[in-house]
Amino acid sequence: MGAHAAAHAGGHDSPPELRHHFVDLPAQREASTLGMWAFLVTEVLFFGGMFTAYVIYRATYRTAFEGASNLLDIKLGAFNTAVLIMSSLTMALAVWASSLGRKNLIILFLILTILLGGIFLGVKVIEYKQKFEHHEVPGPHFVVPLNEKTHQPLPPQSEMFFSLYFCMTGLHALHMIIGIGLLTWLIVKARRGAFTTRYNTPVDMVGLYWHFVDVVWIFLFPLLYLLGRHTL
Amino acid sequence: MSSGNSQAHSHSGIGAYLGVFAALMVLTALTVWAAFQHLGVWNTPVALAIAVSKALMVAWIFMHLRDSPKLTLFVVFASILWLAFLILITASDYLTRSWLPIYAS
Repeated sequence: MGAHAAAHAGGHDSPPELRHHFVDLPAQREASTLGMWAFLVTEVLFFGGMFTAYVIYRATYRTAFEGASNLLDIKLGAFNTAVLIMSSLTMALAVWASSLGRKNLIILFLILTILLGGIFLGVKVIEYKQKFEHHEVPGPHFVVPLNEKTHQPLPPQSEMFFSLYFCMTGLHALHMIIGIGLLTWLIVKARRGAFTTRYNTPVDMVGLYWHFVDVVWIFLFPLLYLLGRHTL
Repeated sequence: MSSGNSQAHSHSGIGAYLGVFAALMVLTALTVWAAFQHLGVWNTPVALAIAVSKALMVAWIFMHLRDSPKLTLFVVFASILWLAFLILITASDYLTRSWLPIYAS
């Protein structure tokens, strides 16, 4: 209540960030946060459809999926997981800096987040390139790969694993690219001094989006890269 | 309004962020290690349990759910509930078809 009283005591000249249909900035922030989470709910179900497909087909074609999973580069996958976690930390720190209105610190952490996101995407490009070279991309040039241990050909459903791999990591990478675009927009705004101790909602909302993309990868990594390793 | 501090935006502080970051890194190393162990039927549950723990930490601290109003928590819970419906109801169809003699062949 104290914050509300203070906002009204300040008189009728409302802050420029405040849209007229909100009583005060806390109400506006709460509406933004709820709206962002509602969007993230739809994103959970968007990715959820693919996770469901993965669960069903992995349960049905277990050997094919485990064998194909073992062909992914676990070192690159683990490295990328660490990079993305680091980028979540720098994003959280950017939100923290914006809540203090520290302009240069905000920009620094946003740039670090973009760099880490760029490293993630660069590694992803290397991984995709390897898949193309090994003819493990679904389609007319797909060649059924060999089991890493027995050197026997995998069941033909290994192609389905790679279809899901490219759809899921591709959709995830698209989210990363959009996220980098949003971060760039934030840097432009931050340079103009748009974020103060009173108002940092855009940084906060892009932060929620970026962390969500991190959470998706937290599930993609074990499901795609790890689940067949003990069979090696 | 009972908390009344949403304007101050009671951020979790750098200490909590660094703690979560360290925990996420340790759990990533742990899940890679565990993937190579022969745990029988437990390989998948262990990997998923670690992933869920990591996701909860990100949501709770990085995404400020700890400081969020109950309505936000309710929305997040709803998303998990509907995701569970999606996966469980679909799986209950596909994964039980072989139980019927007509499909078993």
